[in-house]
Amino acid sequence: MSIEYERIVHIWKNPPNRGEMKDADLVAEGANPICGDKVRVFLKIKDGKIADASFTGEGCAISIASASLLLDYLKGKKVEEIENVGKEKVMELLELDLSRNPSRLKCALLPLMALKSGKIR
Amino acid sequence: MDVEKIRKDFPILERMVNGKKIAYLDNGATSQKPREVIDAIVRYYSEYNANVHRGVHKLSEESTVAYEDARRKIAEFINASEEEIIFVKNASEALNLVMYSYGMANVNAGDRVSISIMEHHSNFVPWQVLARRKRAKLEILDVGKEGELVGLEKASGSKIVSISHASNVLGTINDAEKICRVAHEGGGVAVIDASQSVPHMPIDVKKMDCDFLAFTGHKMLGPTGIGVLYGKKELLEKMEPFLYGGDMIIEVKKESSKWNALPYKFEAGTPNIEGAIGLGVAVDYLNKVGMEEIRKHEIELLSYAIGKLKDEVTIYGPLDARKRTGLITFNVAGVHAHDVATILDEDGVEIRSGHHCAQPLHDRLGLESSARASFYLYNTKGEVDRLVDGIKKVKRVFA
Ligand SMILES: Cc1ncc(COP(=O)(O)O)c(C=O)c1O
Repeated sequence: MSIEYERIVHIWKNPPNRGEMKDADLVAEGANPICGDKVRVFLKIKDGKIADASFTGEGCAISIASASLLLDYLKGKKVEEIENVGKEKVMELLELDLSRNPSRLKCALLPLMALKSGKIR
Repeated sequence: MDVEKIRKDFPILERMVNGKKIAYLDNGATSQKPREVIDAIVRYYSEYNANVHRGVHKLSEESTVAYEDARRKIAEFINASEEEIIFVKNASEALNLVMYSYGMANVNAGDRVSISIMEHHSNFVPWQVLARRKRAKLEILDVGKEGELVGLEKASGSKIVSISHASNVLGTINDAEKICRVAHEGGGVAVIDASQSVPHMPIDVKKMDCDFLAFTGHKMLGPTGIGVLYGKKELLEKMEPFLYGGDMIIEVKKESSKWNALPYKFEAGTPNIEGAIGLGVAVDYLNKVGMEEIRKHEIELLSYAIGKLKDEVTIYGPLDARKRTGLITFNVAGVHAHDVATILDEDGVEIRSGHHCAQPLHDRLGLESSARASFYLYNTKGEVDRLVDGIKKVKRVFA
């Protein structure tokens, strides 16, 4: 198995930032019906910055690892920063080049897509 | 049946994936093509490409003969007559043709249409749309514990009963003759989605007594973009065309037009000529090997695979190989099907993951997704072993 994928599976086994957040300021959901992946992301926002972030959901290793890593990356950043994150950033965080794997790229982008669709309460 | 010899006819089976020789186990999605089919398409374009039914010149006569020859071969393959074979682009179009041309004209408010929960979206969505538009009732027959169709008698009295001959997820082979009998006893018509059966076993539409039969060329060694709708002549004659335009008319006047004879009434516009020719050659190839032989080979592979896998994974559908087509859908506990497929792909073992265009069935089984290995005439026990090894690796990696 490739080292990169091994890292993904390793994260999947014990993903950081997993868990529900009761007092979140932003809750957003995304689903990929083609593969049955579902994620829900939670953000706590303070002074325009992402103070805390978490997610719940089920999916393949790539979608789960992507949620973990993306939220790690965003913590402490301004909320507007979310808009600047694109697929290159997600692939960089995953350390996986999925530019020629359109189906797996969709899995990787699910958490980001969910986040971008969310509205602050 | 000499599998090693057959394998030599399929150039793609030499391909390496991630440094390993490919073990192609996604035949349920599409099959590979023998060199004869590939060559026939190249020959058509290099030697006699011309539009069909439209010219008197040499090339046009040759292409028309080849196109109609393909129709004859396909008719013989399923024991139909040539005018009952309509070339379409795939099984989905064939089913839509029946829905629009027969369904829209014959189903009315309060009528009932029956399908089953194991249908592919291609044989699910068109009927859902028809029922909604006509305010008819869509009855969805259920599956039992072993993935078998249950409650078929409830379909009696439905205007249309449209059910797959073999499920692309469960593998279940349904009793098509019985489905047709039940439909007819209640005064309805039977539509059989044979996409997963025509490639894998002998089919006789007369014996089955179906009114319509849909299948798709690319799953049976043929090219993509060509499919077949068989329809009983009496029904096709009464139906309105599905698409209008060139070729499907006999006479066009300013006020109105007259439709062409069968099957041309249903083939508007320039058809997929190389597709039909390629499919004809695919049928020649299947005949040469023998459908009974192919079925036997797949039963052998299935029994072997089920024996090795049943304690490793959860298998859906009947465990008796004689009750299913050459595919096994499964899940590895706690691992998403995509991850199973990705790990297998690393070793060159190509399987499908997802919901296989059968979301209602996955919902019914309480699954988000599943993995599927599907076999064909060129697959070997050695490839099944690689599948099993790959699954063991998945379990190690994700433990
Ligand atoms: C049972 C069944 N019906 C219909 C189809 C649709 O075939 P096509 O995509 O060629 O229209 C498929 C294949 O995907 C199938 O497995």
